[in-house]
Amino acid sequence: MCEHRLRARPALGIDQPDVVAVGPVRIAESMGTALGSLASRRGRDDEVRRIAADAGIPLPAPGQMVRQGDWAGFWLAPSQWMIEGPQDTYEDIAAVLKTIFGESASVTEQTDAWVRLEVTGPLRPMFERLCNLDLVRFVPGSATRTIIEHLGCYVLRQADDRITLLGPRSSAASLHHALISAARSAF
Amino acid sequence: MLIPHPILGLRDAQEFTYLGDAALIDRPDGLANPEAFHDYLYLRDNPAGIHRELWFHEQGDRSWIVVTRNTVTHEILGAVLAQDVARARGRSR
Amino acid sequence: MNARVSGTFAGQGELFGFVKGDTRPHDPRYSGDGVRAGQGRDATSTPERLPGGLIDRSRSLEFAFDGRSYRGHPGDTLASALLANGVRLMGRSFKYHRPRGVLTAGSEEPNALVELRSGARQEPNSRATVVELFHGLEACSQNRWPSLAFDVMGINDLLSPFLTAGFYYKTFMWPAAFWETLYEPVIRRAAGLGSLSRAEDPDCYDKGFLHADLLVIGSGPAGLMAARTAGRAGARVILMDEDFVLGGRLNAETLSVGGQMGSAWAQSVVAELSALPNVRLMTRTTVFGVFDHGIYGAVERVADHLPAPEAGKPRQILWRVYARQAILAAGAVERPIAFRNNDRPGIMLAGAVRTYANRWGVAAGRRVALFVNNDDGLRTARDLDAAGVDVAAVIDARAEGDRLPGIRHIKGAVVTDAAGRLGLRGVTFRDGRGREDRIACDCLAVSSGWNPAVALTSHQSARPVWDESIAAFVPSPNGPKGLKVAGAAAGVMSTHGALATGAARANDVLEELGLPTQKPELPEAEDAPVRLSPLWHVSGAGRAWVDLQNDVTVKDVRLAHQENFRSVEHLKRYTTLGMATDQGKTSNMLGLAVMAELTGKSIPETGTTMFRPPYTPVAMGALAGRSRGEDFKPRRLTPSHRWAAEQGAIFVEAGLWMRAQWFPRPGETTWRQSVDREVLGTRKGVGICDVTTLGKIDIQGTDAGVFLDRVYANTFSTLPVGKVRYGIMLREDGIVIDDGTTARLGEHEYIMTTTTANAVPVFRHLEFCRQCLWPDLDIQLISTTEAWAQFSVAGPNARRLLQRIVDQDISDAAFPYMACANVTVCGGLRGRLFRISFSGELAYEVAVPARYGDALVREMMAQGQDLGVMPYGTEALGVLRVEKGHIAGNELNGQTTALNLGLGKMVSKKKDAIGMVLSQREELARADGLRLVGIRPVDPKAVLEAGSHLIAAGRDPVAANDDGWLTSVVHSPHLGHQIALAYLRNGASRLGERLRAVNLLAKTEVEVEIVSPHFVDPEGERLRV
Repeated sequence: MCEHRLRARPALGIDQPDVVAVGPVRIAESMGTALGSLASRRGRDDEVRRIAADAGIPLPAPGQMVRQGDWAGFWLAPSQWMIEGPQDTYEDIAAVLKTIFGESASVTEQTDAWVRLEVTGPLRPMFERLCNLDLVRFVPGSATRTIIEHLGCYVLRQADDRITLLGPRSSAASLHHALISAARSAF
Repeated sequence: MLIPHPILGLRDAQEFTYLGDAALIDRPDGLANPEAFHDYLYLRDNPAGIHRELWFHEQGDRSWIVVTRNTVTHEILGAVLAQDVARARGRSR
Repeated sequence: MNARVSGTFAGQGELFGFVKGDTRPHDPRYSGDGVRAGQGRDATSTPERLPGGLIDRSRSLEFAFDGRSYRGHPGDTLASALLANGVRLMGRSFKYHRPRGVLTAGSEEPNALVELRSGARQEPNSRATVVELFHGLEACSQNRWPSLAFDVMGINDLLSPFLTAGFYYKTFMWPAAFWETLYEPVIRRAAGLGSLSRAEDPDCYDKGFLHADLLVIGSGPAGLMAARTAGRAGARVILMDEDFVLGGRLNAETLSVGGQMGSAWAQSVVAELSALPNVRLMTRTTVFGVFDHGIYGAVERVADHLPAPEAGKPRQILWRVYARQAILAAGAVERPIAFRNNDRPGIMLAGAVRTYANRWGVAAGRRVALFVNNDDGLRTARDLDAAGVDVAAVIDARAEGDRLPGIRHIKGAVVTDAAGRLGLRGVTFRDGRGREDRIACDCLAVSSGWNPAVALTSHQSARPVWDESIAAFVPSPNGPKGLKVAGAAAGVMSTHGALATGAARANDVLEELGLPTQKPELPEAEDAPVRLSPLWHVSGAGRAWVDLQNDVTVKDVRLAHQENFRSVEHLKRYTTLGMATDQGKTSNMLGLAVMAELTGKSIPETGTTMFRPPYTPVAMGALAGRSRGEDFKPRRLTPSHRWAAEQGAIFVEAGLWMRAQWFPRPGETTWRQSVDREVLGTRKGVGICDVTTLGKIDIQGTDAGVFLDRVYANTFSTLPVGKVRYGIMLREDGIVIDDGTTARLGEHEYIMTTTTANAVPVFRHLEFCRQCLWPDLDIQLISTTEAWAQFSVAGPNARRLLQRIVDQDISDAAFPYMACANVTVCGGLRGRLFRISFSGELAYEVAVPARYGDALVREMMAQGQDLGVMPYGTEALGVLRVEKGHIAGNELNGQTTALNLGLGKMVSKKKDAIGMVLSQREELARADGLRLVGIRPVDPKAVLEAGSHLIAAGRDPVAANDDGWLTSVVHSPHLGHQIALAYLRNGASRLGERLRAVNLLAKTEVEVEIVSPHFVDPEGERLRV
């Protein structure tokens, strides 16, 4: 860890409480995860998969997310994934991934591009007011991008009662407000 | 409308941005003459019926897709990755 | 008031002397105001209640209509409760202001439109027939003044000979200028529906998405059977009904199903469905539209039946339903017969009259006559008779067939007139031998048969087809894919038929879904055939109403025919038939039939109008959902937003972004003072501006340089690592899309910067180029706009400030103009530094991970106190760039070539790049074309207007003499006067010339001098210090 003198601020700012509870649902910003995108260079998919397997980094199929030890990953686009690691270990996750994958893949720092919101509770009544995902088919382990509050967001189904939402960081407040409104409407 | 994304299955058209005729893939090569670019850019069919067109999954996985759609009935007859279409039409680098 | 009414409109009664022979009109309660009992009497009495019905008599609800208080019961609609209280005059018609009562018992109602609630919650044009009664409900009649019983605009009715079809078109055609200023406002005041409160709706609305294997629309016998069949098979079923009680017509009839009352059978099925986890029942939910690929639009009225929604809860939800299959079981709509004065309050559809009796225990009249052409109408006579209501007579247009026992059943007769302006008093009929006679009655139940509710089946342009056996249109077999039709909506009119087709269609669905089909368990139910002899209107003198809501008469249809507006679409638009809020649910068929008669064609030859969404009106609030006011769109906040707000910054919307526009300081009273200070402060000391909003695209791969060479007009593959270059991006037609800098951070790693506005379109364009044009280039793209907080640090003290922030050496030697690097800041935080300048000063852009943006700006402000640091907003940014002659959105207006900008040399002709070939077209490459120039007013005190056109001295300010225009105007505190950028014909060779900047809108004209666009430091010395 570096010893710089700047203090990080959560995407929601310090005005929002850590956890908002609406009826049975809890909405919280999570700060502990580092994100880096990984895209294999043209024609080097197999090599990237081999390196990932050796390093224990999951590269899931389209529409999916996989957690494996410290690492987790979800599919972004053809030959492109988002890789997650704990931030206290991988503060500079892009540098770590670059070291692992070398010239076989392009790596881009993504941690700060997203606000990460954890939603727990009975999800269906709330999310049917937010996005077009069919939560009956969108089972735990599913991950996709869709529109919420006009914004392209990644939705990760962690468990029956838990969704992680990655929304554009600059719109964190709007997204948070939309989640609370939908929860109030539903419960 | 629902777009049958070749990788992700049926997705709401709201997630996509529409561009137009898939003939936009057939860009003239290199330093072609202005006539070739003129035809490429300005001359397109506007069929009442089967149309192959480019859609961009902007709020999804950012794939460009060639959708075959009946412009009269809105029936969608198929969708493939534009990248595969481009390669099949001889485009490379 | 009553005396005046009878005085003013005397004659109607006398015309019909027969009323004297009847006891009822002498009843003192027949005051002539259309309200029999109740009004003026004990408000708690509900004189017209019958036993039975699906209402909760143990509880009483108080409500008000036109300021008078009444009582009803849970389960009532406003219409049933009003009828129960003897109120039957409910509205005035649209054009003639004719007194009107309720016609129907459902959403097809054309007449009984009321304003609900008061204050900001006032809601016009609500159909009393579907308004669920609640305690404290306030309703008002509309389109009348001063009162419902006496309406001044009733004069229109006397003027009716002039107000026929096409009246507006013929009368108000000329002069055209009068239309907006005079005719339209007057007409709108005279003819109209309810009024808006003009206050903001205090309630919220929501939107949502639902998924189903099967969507069942309608919960009558067909819908319930379909839902049960599919539900038992395990399909995911959603059943929607606009009503608040499921069961459809079963709740309105006395028919038995499976040996019990139909309504009881319905409740048992509802109970079974409620217990199935795969079935969702949604009442108060109208499916209003069928869209492509199995998407259905529905509105759920969550809280319309409550005085106000609970806190945080929506009034309505707009649902977008994704259904693999759907079954339409929407039933049928009864149709009226047109005859003279068939719009009298008290003349109702026969099915509605028995619905009021059976479902709500309300007698729509005390002495009811019927006018029918079919057997179904006779059910009303039987049900009323059984309920103890006096059935005066059944006037049956058919000569043949059995007579109803114990009821006066007049065969082969038609009703020719109706009396009772404010409430029906009697009807005249003509029997088969042409003799006329009169019957006293206060309600006439009319039935001309039923029209299947086909609307949704034609939402994708399939035209319904004529079925002679029921004399009605049935759904086209080419309706929306995945939508099946069952029951009366399919033209199957018996209860047994509805149950059987509901089950059969559900099995069809199950088969298509690959689920096991169910052996239908059909309960026993009536299976009566449709016996009907078509009758649309009774000819004769006087006005016979076709469309009650839009006041279209048989005469109007005749006039349309006479003036050759004979196609259905012309008929509709010429007469306004079917164009009211009810969309002609009870009138379109009738109008069509009358037109068919006039043209001598069959009805199917005459055609049918199309139905389009919505099936019933949808509130604008529901369509907007939560996207209202502050929540209209999401906001994008920059990393320094909170800090800027603390400084008192004024914010401006830039797309979705909120950007600081300027930072007022104590003592500054105008925005110009703040902006001038920020500009001068930056040029003298150092200024800081949040430029996070600029698009940032990460471009990597071994072909990244090649790729950039093709998407930019200039060359990037030659850019050394650690350097930045300004780039111009063209569209294929040679016009500039965007400009910005791209930095090369590594051998195969570039960061492209786009303008704020074009971040998304440029990314889309790059993906198009990558995937569609050159699919085998090795390039990887991802947006990093949000990932980095980026600040412009500009001014002569910029380096001194940043050296206190950046951990590495940034001296000019170590970090020259247009350098870039990964750096660390503030003791080790990873960051990026670019030495680029938009202001023309020594300037850098420094970036850190977004979560540190707030801390970084605070740190820079603290560290720069002795250097005169100050933040600047977008206004100062604009001034700085105009002073320097840099372009922005005003100049990149979608018509601009690189040559126009004076950057023609940047377009490399040696490589294949998007837009290069076409940018060289003759017209675009003209040497005397538009060029970017600077503008200075000759009089330094003169005020310039952006958008002014440049006109040579002595020339008229007309298009032919237009030499160009001013794109950006700012006050330059540096020069002490206004300056502008402009496009000018042959501009490069006109420096020093004087022209006029003419603005015909602002009516200003200023003499200006053409100068270089580089007002400050034209040699660029400050950049390189």
